[in-house]
Amino acid sequence: MPEQLLYAMEVTLNGLMAGVMYSLVALGFVLIFKASGIFNYAQGVLALFAALTLVGLQNGQIPFAHLINAALGTNLHSFGWKLPVLVAIALTALVMVGLAILIEKLVLKHLVNQAPIILFMATIGLAYFLEGLGDVMWGADIKKLDVGLPQGISETVESVTDSIFGYGFFIDNLDIVATVVAVLLVASLTIFSQYSKQGRALRAVADDHQAALSVGISLRFIWVLVWSIAGFVALVAGIMWGTKSGVQFSLSLIALKALPVLMLGGFTSIPGAIVGGLIIGVGEKLFEFSVGPMIGGATENWFAYMLALIFLVFRPQGLFGEKIIERV
Amino acid sequence: MFYREAGDFKTSYRQDSQTFPIRFDRWRFYAVLALAFGVIPFVINDYWANSVFVPFLIYAIAAIGLNILTGYAGQVSLGTGGFMAVGAYACYKLMTSFPEVSILIHVLLAGGVTAAVGVLFGLPSLRIKGFYLAVATLAAQFFLVWLFNKVPWFYNFSASGQITAPDRTVLGYFVTGAQTSATAKYLVCLVFLVLVALIARNLTRGTVGRKWMAIRDMDIAAEIIGVNPLTTKLTAFAVSSFFIGIAGALFFAVYLGAAEVGEAFGIQKSFLILFMVIIGGLGSIFGSFAGAAFLVLLPVLLKNLLVGTLGWPTDLAAHIELMIVGGLIVVFLIAEPHGLAQLWRLAKEKLRLWPFPH
Amino acid sequence: MKMKFATAVAAAMSLAAPAMADLVIPNLSYRTGPFAAGGIPYADGFNDYFTLLNERDGGIGGEKVQVPECETAYNTEKGVECYEATKGLGALVYNPLSTGITYQLIPKVSQDGITLYTPGYGRTSAANGAIFEWVFNYPANYWDGASVAVKYLLEQNGGDLKGKKIALLYHNSAYGKEPIRTLESLAAKHGYELTQMPIDTPGQEQKSQWLQVRREKPDYVIFWGWGVMNQVAIQEAVNIKFPMENFIGVWWSGSENDVLPAGDGANGYKSLAMHGTGMDYPVYADMQKYVVDAGKASGAGDQVGSVLYSRGMYAAMVISEAVRKAQELAGTSAVNAAQVRDGFEALEITEERMAEIGLPNFGQPFAASCTDHGGPGAAMIQQWDAAAKEWNLVTGFIAPDDEVLDPLVAEDSAAFAAENKITPRCN
Repeated sequence: MPEQLLYAMEVTLNGLMAGVMYSLVALGFVLIFKASGIFNYAQGVLALFAALTLVGLQNGQIPFAHLINAALGTNLHSFGWKLPVLVAIALTALVMVGLAILIEKLVLKHLVNQAPIILFMATIGLAYFLEGLGDVMWGADIKKLDVGLPQGISETVESVTDSIFGYGFFIDNLDIVATVVAVLLVASLTIFSQYSKQGRALRAVADDHQAALSVGISLRFIWVLVWSIAGFVALVAGIMWGTKSGVQFSLSLIALKALPVLMLGGFTSIPGAIVGGLIIGVGEKLFEFSVGPMIGGATENWFAYMLALIFLVFRPQGLFGEKIIERV
Repeated sequence: MFYREAGDFKTSYRQDSQTFPIRFDRWRFYAVLALAFGVIPFVINDYWANSVFVPFLIYAIAAIGLNILTGYAGQVSLGTGGFMAVGAYACYKLMTSFPEVSILIHVLLAGGVTAAVGVLFGLPSLRIKGFYLAVATLAAQFFLVWLFNKVPWFYNFSASGQITAPDRTVLGYFVTGAQTSATAKYLVCLVFLVLVALIARNLTRGTVGRKWMAIRDMDIAAEIIGVNPLTTKLTAFAVSSFFIGIAGALFFAVYLGAAEVGEAFGIQKSFLILFMVIIGGLGSIFGSFAGAAFLVLLPVLLKNLLVGTLGWPTDLAAHIELMIVGGLIVVFLIAEPHGLAQLWRLAKEKLRLWPFPH
Repeated sequence: MKMKFATAVAAAMSLAAPAMADLVIPNLSYRTGPFAAGGIPYADGFNDYFTLLNERDGGIGGEKVQVPECETAYNTEKGVECYEATKGLGALVYNPLSTGITYQLIPKVSQDGITLYTPGYGRTSAANGAIFEWVFNYPANYWDGASVAVKYLLEQNGGDLKGKKIALLYHNSAYGKEPIRTLESLAAKHGYELTQMPIDTPGQEQKSQWLQVRREKPDYVIFWGWGVMNQVAIQEAVNIKFPMENFIGVWWSGSENDVLPAGDGANGYKSLAMHGTGMDYPVYADMQKYVVDAGKASGAGDQVGSVLYSRGMYAAMVISEAVRKAQELAGTSAVNAAQVRDGFEALEITEERMAEIGLPNFGQPFAASCTDHGGPGAAMIQQWDAAAKEWNLVTGFIAPDDEVLDPLVAEDSAAFAAENKITPRCN
């Protein structure tokens, strides 16, 4: 097989993997948008906050240590313990649930029935607030996140492809894990929303707020539920991306990678987030591989958006979005 | 007591439909103008100009521009940073290619170039709506920034890709470059802002503005009653981008003096200006001012308060500042979802009845 | 309401001005935002050194040093605000640790007559003191760095790089583009093949670039990153099993922050170093005694001895020496900004002086002059030892190739002079 074709195959495979990573972030957006019509700008910051909390808990960091030290002149840093990974993840998930309850109580409750743009803006405020809070609680320095996920080239894939094509493909172990996790996540979300009582309530709310209210579904409970799930998805995304780059402010910028995925897949579709992620991942990587060198490279950021834009011109609601029906 | 229509007789339609129908309001408006033109230029220093007034004036221009598109015509855009970059780079190319022409004309022309680019990127709005459009405009944002970073012609082949504004004068006073006085910077931006605000105000209450609002409220219905969505949406993009281009040109030439596209006109700028518009109040010229003031002044004020007055460590202050800004946005929203402009409107309503509210 | 607000603003502003008697050296730092991880240790080192001088020696020449800190978040607008806010305090010198802010400040400091000191970053051609009167960037700048890296590779290859492939992986911004011109000129001279790979900020996703590295198998990768891009690049290099000893970062891509997240895999990664690092310097005994134990350490106090902390301290050390020189020249301890500039221009840092300070062989000795604001530009190579979690210097100071660099500096500074109608000084 010609070399270029092999390379293109490798790039495509890696694009798929990158797409899964984008989808993980996009999922959180979709969940909240579907259930409450809110475009949650804070999703990226939520992932950062979750990752910071996880690392902090794991390493026994004292929250607000810097603030306490500055105010009281003490010199606190650490509780001096290390929590096992699973305990830390469970605790972080609890923190995210608590956060969801607080968000519902302090913010969303007061904004029922407002226009989408208003709710969008509330999430902007929330993003600012959480960014500051995360830094005050855990400090702004970079932290290493280690929950024992494997990283580096997958030897199996390399040797298998080497024996077939004579060229070993590069696949990152972390990406493989991310793919498995994403599949599990989507599967469990689907099962949850199809077969559990709360899941059905969730879908009812997504279909029609008022009809759901009228049959006795508590909107407030559903909102807490969906923000908790989104918080958990943010935690998963935070773990994956944080393992790759360390945990620090830039982690919140992964949201920008999820936006074209959302556009392309549709704001309201969970499969859309996955398929959209894959298309964006493959598209941007292949473009960078084939056209990038000719026009100077670093095309990925804008090409993802352009690709999504082109799709939208033909399908304005995204690939899997609900058809927009307009009535006068 | 003073703030009411009673006794302020209107004898013509013109008077009846003026911007400030209440006499007190008119006087207040003239007083603000007099203060802005007659007092502040004489007392302003470098610190106040560079950290408060000039950014406020420029952001207000950009916010008015975006408000026309988002607030009046209902097209959410996240490409503002990219369009400001077009204004800045157009201004830079014009300044360096035609040094003999006045900088004021360059700024206007830069606005014109931006308007053309805005129309081009506005075309998808005919198909794409709502948040989908917002994300689609991000394509413009990222592409434009990449373009200005990648093509050396735009930055005159300088080694680092930075653009630097050469010295230019208006009426013998420097308005760009390091020798510019605080007063000159302030006045140039103020003049542009006043013009932009007047144009915007009059456009939005005329035919064009009504068409925009019809499209915003429901585009299909508007189409049925004879509003052409193509021309209406594109004029909104054009006018909005024109103002944003002016803001970008001033931001680069007068305020910063040197700029790098990814840093100065990155995605954060797009979000910042959108936040200004939403927090200030969609569909309100006053809201653009209020939003710009809120997001420019509040951080400076908080920083001075926390670091300067209370003596906190800078990092802690910066983090807490974020929390306070975020918290205030939420609190404002809960108190009044339609932005600062609506709060202002309500305050005025109350004032009209005061001190006899019943 | 409006009035109240205005008075509150005025009150806050007026209270912000401290007493004017001391030497004021503002620290425009960033402890928040995307580059906080790099900004924090640097700012801590900068502050701590001046605290040390104040506590141990009672300041410089008997004058206490005040270091008002101002948060820029690596944002040019906030940087300008910080500059304007602090210059009224009688600031003597600025060190903003951001190339973007440096470009903003160059015209402003020239107008206001305040020194701008940008060691290892900023505008490279400011090394030409004949044109950039108020800007100093010794001991080394970006172009020096690029040249030193190539020279090191030449040494590794017995003086011949013909037919070798070198990839430049860079932050797609003004900062990252700096070395391109130098590396291109050097490629013409030494006959290596240069591939450029830009990475857009912030740089969390670099798969395309590293797949390209894996395909094209360059012999060496030179890396010009900052912020999260550093950690991801090193991690990706580990992932594709790129030989780490052939991966060389600029000095801004060579701190503990960058290599620690990649764990053991980062072992052997190299970076440029313009100063020593680690705790093996006598100055740290005093630092411990007067600053850390006294509870006066800046920030959390946990950064002492790290690479970027050392760099902040180095910058502070050079500034304090320049102020000392200025005091000597002016014959008064209460120097003003113009006198400090003269101090910078007459500054000479010798081996002996550095040993006296407690930093023997920490940096290179250099002497500035009217035309030379850039210093000798030599740098060392350091290598990461993942097991011991420390950087080890593997070479001594390597001098850059001035034959190639001098014309480039002359050309770029001449362009600046023509644009701004500056007549060269120093004739």
